[in-house]
Amino acid sequence: MDVNKTPSPFRVMCREIYKDKLAFCSLIVFFTVLIGVFIWAALLDTSEVMRQHLLRGNLPPSREFWLGTDSTGRDTFNLLILGTRNSFIIALIVASITSVIGIVVGLAAGYYGGHVDNVVMRLIDFMTMIPTLMFIITMTVLLPNTIRNFGLILTVFGWTGMARSIRMVSLRQGVMDYVKASKTLGSRNIVIMFREVLPNILSFTIVNLTLSIATTMGIETGLTFLGFGPPPTMPTLGLAVANAANPLAMQLRPWLWLPAALVILVMVLCINYVGQAIGRAADARRRRV
Amino acid sequence: MWKMILRRVLILIPQLFALSIIIFVMAHFMPGDALTGLIDPTISPEDIEIMREQLGLNRPLYVRYFDWVTSMLQGDFGRSFHHQRPVVDVIGERLPNTVRLSLVATIFTYLIAIPMGVIAGRYREKIADRAIINYTFFAIAIPLIVFALLNVYLFGFTLRWFPIQGSVDPRLATGTFAYHISRLQHLILPALTMALLGTAGIVNILRSEIIDNENSDYVTTVRAKGAPRRIVYNRHIFRNASLPLVAGFGFALVNLLSGTAVIERIFSFPGMGNLFVQSINGRDFSTANTLIMMYGIIGVVGTMLSDIFMIVADPRIRVK
Repeated sequence: MDVNKTPSPFRVMCREIYKDKLAFCSLIVFFTVLIGVFIWAALLDTSEVMRQHLLRGNLPPSREFWLGTDSTGRDTFNLLILGTRNSFIIALIVASITSVIGIVVGLAAGYYGGHVDNVVMRLIDFMTMIPTLMFIITMTVLLPNTIRNFGLILTVFGWTGMARSIRMVSLRQGVMDYVKASKTLGSRNIVIMFREVLPNILSFTIVNLTLSIATTMGIETGLTFLGFGPPPTMPTLGLAVANAANPLAMQLRPWLWLPAALVILVMVLCINYVGQAIGRAADARRRRV
Repeated sequence: MWKMILRRVLILIPQLFALSIIIFVMAHFMPGDALTGLIDPTISPEDIEIMREQLGLNRPLYVRYFDWVTSMLQGDFGRSFHHQRPVVDVIGERLPNTVRLSLVATIFTYLIAIPMGVIAGRYREKIADRAIINYTFFAIAIPLIVFALLNVYLFGFTLRWFPIQGSVDPRLATGTFAYHISRLQHLILPALTMALLGTAGIVNILRSEIIDNENSDYVTTVRAKGAPRRIVYNRHIFRNASLPLVAGFGFALVNLLSGTAVIERIFSFPGMGNLFVQSINGRDFSTANTLIMMYGIIGVVGTMLSDIFMIVADPRIRVK
């Protein structure tokens, strides 16, 4: 291998994950679960799984129904598979959109500084002070309950964290020599921001994106548990966990909610372990030798 | 210093204004108004129209906004049509429960977080530090709801260590010694659940602050004077390292309060978070709006207080 060549950020990222056994295992577990779920879900018909069979309600796990059935006779295992897929897709989309907004706003605030930064930071500060969860819940009741609105509401209240962290790192980038040099050469601000600063903070952005997928899955579960999630026709992990809202079901029929809770736990931990390894790749001082 | 504090207090005005505008606009889009709960089928539409006119509901939006703010400042938050009582009474009933829960959760949080942060910072890279870092990793990653459910299932149902329903055993007479003990028992598991996840941020901040402070000149001076390690860490370094904790207190308060909705729901705890969920589900928007306003004010004022505390406690900020 050519010693003088600088490894690309992607290579560094792969190396960090590969070197960290825990992160590597997490990555494998995560993708195995995900691919398995997606293949299995492709073989299922959502409306068929969601159909109620009142004669076979509340069955314990058996050979026919691996995780039993819920009170309306639906196969809990199939619901879990579809739920995992849907919850992951929702989290991925919401996290991606909030990240894009966060990147644009954070970069602009950090790069321009001054008044732009002031206004943006006042807004973000304000949004962290107010009871976001309550606003989200109220909005879900005011808007028609569709999956698109649900995603929209989460996005509106979710971008601030990303914007805050991106702003922090781009503040530091903005005063560096390469930015000054580029300005002297007459590059447009947009070009400097997205072509020159952004690649430098890309790994940092990826870490935040990964972690925000995990956070969004948690928020979705919490909201669905409280009864303000995506439409109830759409099976999600939150919907399965919400079975635990009934104390009797929670106590006597743990197969309804416990597997979903454990799936969330495993997914979230895997995402965080991988994110931690990518984070080390993003920061040369923390890399493992 | 006074100038800075004054400036910080003045920021409060636009913040509260923005908060009230948002809630007012949101309330405007909510179905129903002050009359919804009072209307019965025997009243004709014309009479309703007259009542609307009398109550000023047909006036322009900005006039109604000022009316709304004025009545709130006078302590009139409207009636809850679900409970058929003034909102203030309904909330007042639940308020002490949530305050108790948050208070106990806060005490647990700091009781757990401060020793952990100090130990992790002092014995960096040792076994204790590694264990604590792993713990904070879990605490940040795991969603509150999953952790709470697992706790309830494990410690409530399976092991039966703690009661998991309500805020007190309803069979006990109010005011007796057993009543207060039962109340405390009902608080432990929900408060501990919130605290165990809430500590992570504080531990991380404290740890990195201690590590940052270790190499500063004043620590070298204290060491050179011959002060024992215990004094160096617990007195000199801890004082400086704990400043960001003070700054984060307002933020921690908001976090704690927003977590109560989920926790109170799981534990069927009769507090404000549960009340909020119930009133939204029952379309009792006058109660819901008042709760949002209350939580909003707590958040805005809490952040301001911790900022002011920071200005008083840390002279470096005053100079800037």
